[in-house]
Amino acid sequence: MNLLAFINDKRVRDWFYQIAVVVLLVGLTVFFVRNASENMLKAGIASGFGFLWRTSGIEVPFVLTGYTQADNILALFWVGVANTMLVTVIAIVLATLLGFVVGIARLSSIWLVSAIAGAYIEFVRNIPLLFFVLFWYFGVIAALPAPRQSLSVFGVAFLNNRGLTIPLPDGMENLRIAGWIILACVLAYAAFHLWARKRQERTGLHAPTLRVGLVLLLAIPLLTLAWAVLATRWDVPALRGFNYRGGFVVIPEFVALLAALVTYTAGFIAEIVRGGIQSVSHGQIEAGSALGLRSGQVLRLVTIPQALRVMIPPLTNQYLNVLKNSSFGAAIAYPDVVSLFMGSALNNTGQAIEIIAMTLAVYLVIGLAVSALMNWYNARIALVTR
Amino acid sequence: MSGRASFSSLSLWRERLFGTPFTGFVTVVLLLAIGWVAVPLIRWALIDATWRGTTRADCAAGGACWVFIRARFGQFMYGLYPVDQRWRVDIAGIAFVLGIAAVVLAPQRLRLKLGLAMLVVLPPLGIWLLSGGFGLRYVETREWGGLMLTLFISIYASLIAIPLGILFALGRQSELRVIRLISVIFIEFWRGVPIIAVIFLASLLLPLIMPGGIDIDRLARAVIGLGFVIAAYMAEAVRGGLQALPKGQREAATALGLTYWKATGLIVLPQALRISLPAMTNEFIALIKNTTLVLVVSILDLLGIAQASLADPNWVGMNMEAYAFSGAIYWLICFALSRWSRSLESRRRL
Amino acid sequence: MTIRTSVAAALLVAGASLAQAQQLAPSPTLDAVKARGNLECGVHLGLPGFSFANDKGEWSGLDVDYCKALAAAVLGDANKVKYTPTSVQQRWPILQSGQVDVLSRNSTITFSRNATLGLNFQGINFYEGQTFIVRKSANVKDAEGLDGASVCVAAGSTEEKNAADWFRERNLKVTITNFQKNDDAIAAYDAGRCDAYTAGVGALAGQRIKLKNPDEHMILTKPISNDPQGPVTRWGDERWQLIVRWVLNGTIAAEMLGVTSKNVDEMKANSKNSEVRRLLGAEGGFGEMMGLSNDWMYNAIKQVGNYGESYERNVGMGSPLKLERGQNQLWTKGGVLFTPPFQ
Repeated sequence: MNLLAFINDKRVRDWFYQIAVVVLLVGLTVFFVRNASENMLKAGIASGFGFLWRTSGIEVPFVLTGYTQADNILALFWVGVANTMLVTVIAIVLATLLGFVVGIARLSSIWLVSAIAGAYIEFVRNIPLLFFVLFWYFGVIAALPAPRQSLSVFGVAFLNNRGLTIPLPDGMENLRIAGWIILACVLAYAAFHLWARKRQERTGLHAPTLRVGLVLLLAIPLLTLAWAVLATRWDVPALRGFNYRGGFVVIPEFVALLAALVTYTAGFIAEIVRGGIQSVSHGQIEAGSALGLRSGQVLRLVTIPQALRVMIPPLTNQYLNVLKNSSFGAAIAYPDVVSLFMGSALNNTGQAIEIIAMTLAVYLVIGLAVSALMNWYNARIALVTR
Repeated sequence: MSGRASFSSLSLWRERLFGTPFTGFVTVVLLLAIGWVAVPLIRWALIDATWRGTTRADCAAGGACWVFIRARFGQFMYGLYPVDQRWRVDIAGIAFVLGIAAVVLAPQRLRLKLGLAMLVVLPPLGIWLLSGGFGLRYVETREWGGLMLTLFISIYASLIAIPLGILFALGRQSELRVIRLISVIFIEFWRGVPIIAVIFLASLLLPLIMPGGIDIDRLARAVIGLGFVIAAYMAEAVRGGLQALPKGQREAATALGLTYWKATGLIVLPQALRISLPAMTNEFIALIKNTTLVLVVSILDLLGIAQASLADPNWVGMNMEAYAFSGAIYWLICFALSRWSRSLESRRRL
Repeated sequence: MTIRTSVAAALLVAGASLAQAQQLAPSPTLDAVKARGNLECGVHLGLPGFSFANDKGEWSGLDVDYCKALAAAVLGDANKVKYTPTSVQQRWPILQSGQVDVLSRNSTITFSRNATLGLNFQGINFYEGQTFIVRKSANVKDAEGLDGASVCVAAGSTEEKNAADWFRERNLKVTITNFQKNDDAIAAYDAGRCDAYTAGVGALAGQRIKLKNPDEHMILTKPISNDPQGPVTRWGDERWQLIVRWVLNGTIAAEMLGVTSKNVDEMKANSKNSEVRRLLGAEGGFGEMMGLSNDWMYNAIKQVGNYGESYERNVGMGSPLKLERGQNQLWTKGGVLFTPPFQ
């Protein structure tokens, strides 16, 4: 009798189900891991992370970390991680810009503008990303001239089908000083902006934000930068033999992958922007114009801040997609973490499990960071109901 | 009458394109830009193109060589599937189309039963027709390829993904803390990793974690890997539907004395799934596009077979033709599906 | 019959069966191949001359011919092979996890592969030397002339590391771009992304026919490395390794002994040379020692031909690749191709 009541108790049952699921999961895991270790032992495959300290011997054409082929495989891993993050961050910024442009164009009152934006969105969204990557890659290479016919940018940077060669500074001191000065300017401006807003809320007085901004964010940084650039000795690339020597080369693989990610993701962001803007009720816009705001101001001050609230969660998803999609670089030899680590390193060491686990961890960690950042931003701009 | 109608539509177009001087200016500039892009493209694809012939030598320079597509059409559709057995693929395709059409067109009250029946009958039928056995000649999966393989992977991966996705969406909404935690981890893990890595993972890891002697087919591994990833995305799509459903629905069902599974199966899920169908269709589109990644494990789907055909020394330099043709097929399929998904959504809104 | 004799007879029988059992260690791979009725062979995705599938899905090439010879030796029919095309990345895992019985995919023998990947190389069917293909217009005569060039290569191959080491040792600066597949790398080279594409001489000869204008390119003659290539098996199953090794040796021995697909019947019936007779199963019972039928090599040579025939047909003068025999000539004729005797 008691037992029956015990069995029928909802809490008891809930616990029972949960324990059963956990036992099942643990059992499966143990089963798989045991199989794997047995199979690997039988096949004579080495295991453990010792391979990370072996010399890599792999030459990488696009290095941000100072790696050379004499370094170990762990250093190679970091090269891949850095390259993945570089292309992801730049692609996110540019895709957001292009996406906003296309999304707003989609809502344009000029029919043809809206039609072209619509056609672009429909085209982009329904074709696999791999096509974009291949198209841009072979398109970029075909469009650019051979090294001897390079396009010269003021005689210091050179564009050809081996990439964009830009000068590198010989020493970093002056540039570092300039960097600190610029950072100080930005912080000063931020402080000023906060103070100005507080004061405006309190007293209704407008501060000369624009003028101060021009000085702090444009004039001083430009002057410092000009001084730093002139005071530094530059390693200017020069044509010798097959290609330009010296300087830093932005490889076409990077450009192609970036272009593919931006044009593809922009199609999705445009739809998010359109949906976000349309979600803002018309009354808001009318009220804005009634207050005497011009249409650009209405868009900037009324529509977009409200639309952003709707847009942030789907935008976050798109940013995470950019991160994951940067792995398509493996198809065109962009040295990202998949291509370098899951490609070259895996082949040289054969330690598939360790390498795949580390690669997946990279994406999960960066992905969590991006999500956290976007959640923080979302909380900041969320509607505060007083 | 008709004269006036055409006059009014003409004036409508004039209003649209040249309503104000500024509009007119923008329109002209854009039209010029379109012409600048489209004219060479159309010349290449249609006017200067070669349509008839049998070899590369038949193709005129400067235009597209569609002869290549004609010569390879069978491979683009069926891969290396034996020519005398291709009728089986056709029948399987027709069976799927008819089955889905029957479910969509059936009267409302029969739809669920019919749908479940099709779910039980069609997938095994498809596998039997394609791979053989029971009187049909065996055709190994390594001979499959092309569009047929793209569709096969998409459909069978979603057969794994949809039930799993529903389960994990429910798990994420569950009151049981452990189950909720497991669901969240599952969903976020698979959503957080690139598909190219998952396919690689599945093809390497699945044979390793199975007890010795059990061999999982190469294609099956890719399908399982894709199925798990898409399950996580499907779970999020279903969660949207579950969250959109008023809480009162489940509470009312529970108040009527229904158990969790009965309330879920009879009241909550049918409504939630209807709401999430457009989102799920979008995930299916994403899945079709992502099947292109199976080429990292040397499975030749539509894009893979297009690339493989480029290596033929007799047909050098057919890149544009191969990519344009296969890209157009992907576009048509995905565009049709996205239109359908949008019409579903707008019907629901009304 | 006394008790003693019957005990002796029983001992004899037991001893004989013990001897039999010792001679034939269990070979799960051979049993699986026989039960399946076909050989699972891992090959290159598509490298004309070595392994290439035409538009009907029929495979041909030097590496493919080895698979065929092995199938003929084991199953008596050279056509009972299933080919698994593999990329550079996939080849080891596919072999390690038992998806193929043997890998015959222009793979270079190296120490670390042998020591850490659980793989054994069973001999050499092609001495490859790494070199470069360049545009004739670039006016390059040898690899030293590539200073400053961009070089396309397949990631994870021995070529990738070889090239990096070779240029570094000579203080030459080249940019190496690593692609996931050979086909991607050669396509990028053809599109003008790189000044050179590097691979073995044989592989380059095969890849060259895929270029848009093969005549505008040339292959540098002096190799920068020594890349012996041959069939690979996984660790374990010694008897299977024995079979894989000696089928390869058999095709080389056949060329040395003058046995061809044309004269193999006549040689088997009439040859006085006892090595020929042992090779073709006319005496010695060599096949049975490995658990095969005695006409194993007879089948392989009858159906596929000896090494020289296979070479000429696939990569030699009778093929579009037109490669000289070079190092791949028999050691008696100035090459380094060698086989231990069939004794």
